[in-house]
Amino acid sequence: MNNVFVYCEIEGTQVQEVSQELLTKGRKLANQLGVELNAVVAGTGIKGKVEDQILPYGVDKLFVFDAEGLFPYTSAPHTDILVNLFKEEQPQIALMGATVIGRDLGPRVSSSLTSGLTADCTELEIGDYDDKKSGVHYDNLLYQIRPAFGGNIVATIVNPEHRPQMATVRSGVMQKALYEGEAKGEVVYPDVAKYVPEADFVVKVLDRHVEAAKHNLKGAPIVVAGGYGVGSKENFDMLFQLAKELHGEVGASRAAVDAGWCDHDRQIGQTGVTVHPKVYIACGISGQIQHIAGMQDSGIIISVNNAPDAPINKIADYVITGTVEEVLPKLIKYYKANNK
Amino acid sequence: MSLKIVVLAKQVPDTRNVGKDAMTAEGTVNRAALPAIFNPEDLNALEQALRLKEQNPGSTVGILTMGPPRAAEVIREGLYRGADTGWLLTDRLFAGADTLATSYALATAIQKIGDVDVVIGGRQAIDGDTAQVGPQVAQKLGLSQVTYAEEILKCEDGKLTIRRHIDGGVETVEAPMPLVVTVTGSAAPCRPANAKLVMKYKRATAPMERKPEDKYNYLYEERPYLTLNQWTVADVDGDPQQCGLSGSPTKVKAVKNIVFQAKESKTLTGCDADIEGLVKELLDEKIIG
Repeated sequence: MNNVFVYCEIEGTQVQEVSQELLTKGRKLANQLGVELNAVVAGTGIKGKVEDQILPYGVDKLFVFDAEGLFPYTSAPHTDILVNLFKEEQPQIALMGATVIGRDLGPRVSSSLTSGLTADCTELEIGDYDDKKSGVHYDNLLYQIRPAFGGNIVATIVNPEHRPQMATVRSGVMQKALYEGEAKGEVVYPDVAKYVPEADFVVKVLDRHVEAAKHNLKGAPIVVAGGYGVGSKENFDMLFQLAKELHGEVGASRAAVDAGWCDHDRQIGQTGVTVHPKVYIACGISGQIQHIAGMQDSGIIISVNNAPDAPINKIADYVITGTVEEVLPKLIKYYKANNK
Repeated sequence: MSLKIVVLAKQVPDTRNVGKDAMTAEGTVNRAALPAIFNPEDLNALEQALRLKEQNPGSTVGILTMGPPRAAEVIREGLYRGADTGWLLTDRLFAGADTLATSYALATAIQKIGDVDVVIGGRQAIDGDTAQVGPQVAQKLGLSQVTYAEEILKCEDGKLTIRRHIDGGVETVEAPMPLVVTVTGSAAPCRPANAKLVMKYKRATAPMERKPEDKYNYLYEERPYLTLNQWTVADVDGDPQQCGLSGSPTKVKAVKNIVFQAKESKTLTGCDADIEGLVKELLDEKIIG
């Protein structure tokens, strides 16, 4: 009762990284609250294959639901697993990835339980809340912190009365780490039929293609990212050249993706990928909060921008005042000339 | 078979083009400075609805929106593009709704509309980016859902075959109607407004939008299709406790402008000496290379 739950997402028998990141965060929250960390995973033929990918992150109790029809994911069976399990277990917090699956499942579960859900959180903290209207004081609520309104403001959301307090978090926002403390590591295999009625299996997956990611933006040590100020698709191609020289990856702001200069899966920011590189080179990026939320923990930030007052310059270590067309060829040239 | 299709549409501030005057001095959002638009992914959804209608003769498409009276604009825009009717949910009791209270209101309206085969909307709205309302409406109505849809491929034997985006790929699913579908921005763009339909519907209004002195008021008696459906909480038999602020489990504790920790930065120009100096410095300190 009253524990922290993490829904673990799988592809086949592979637990997704975003779930492990959430387990690490969930462990910290559970320690702060003095409760257990529980995890739930559902799939087909996963028994004996997923436990070792989940327990080392500090899980006290893992619920494994293994049955035909639970992979590939469809909404109804996974919803009923969580809804019925949460009715029994009464968690105070439930976390899941802000993935296609998490964003399909989370709202359906929250609606069933009439509990609040906050999407795409960038921070999760524990804190107190005073309801000004009712004058009631609440201890130890989950602060669900996220940029809002196109990333122009940051809102802290709380769910004072309803449980569980639910939040989704994007991949890469939290950092995963094996747990060094003691956790119980108990595993149970509930009878799926008790949780999922046969009528749930109405949506059929006819065909499915999943490709491994074409790039490793999330883990790249050097990221060259472009925004609307890059100006054109041709100029944007220079970013790929520089990234290739530096053995880095190319990212983009939402504006550059909307302009069609770069694939959507390279978008950095609250509604894209979060990166933590050693070096971040921001080219023609003004620096809306929604973007900065996805790169502010970079080691060294270099901003190339012809506007000296671009907001991103405030958090940059080096500000190069100039256009992308002018500066990028020189960066490539002098890197080639001076590297050995 | 003929289908009754309801498109969920939202009027949103255009957060993609935020100018300097978008925030007030107090740090709140200045909605007046942002143009109100038809939520982009709801337009993708409308296009899928109109295609379904064309492929299934006798079908109808209606636009359901919740908001202040001026949100009737999205119904007009839908009519210009080929929708047949619309419903504006407007009531002070709806104000301050989070996604759960919003989906409750929309679900009660859909029940009131009755016998709906397909409820289709955008994956998410650009002012919130939550993607929650579609699945929550589906849950409240007890219907199946297909989110992140890119194209409705087939409508046969009471089932829709839909291609949808998933992380790292695509999948094709088959789901029985009635069904809730949400559509992503990678789906086909919506057709433009049709000039004849603009002529027909340009004076279509919800009663709350009208002013007594308006010289075209006589038209509304002659042409009933110019009066858009306008519903309150009572009209959809809604429970006020589940609407608006009181029906919202999430509360906003604080809203603030983010002030980033300013760093001491080195400022350089784009001249050759500055760039070469920077590259050498980064190489010397083994930051790159």
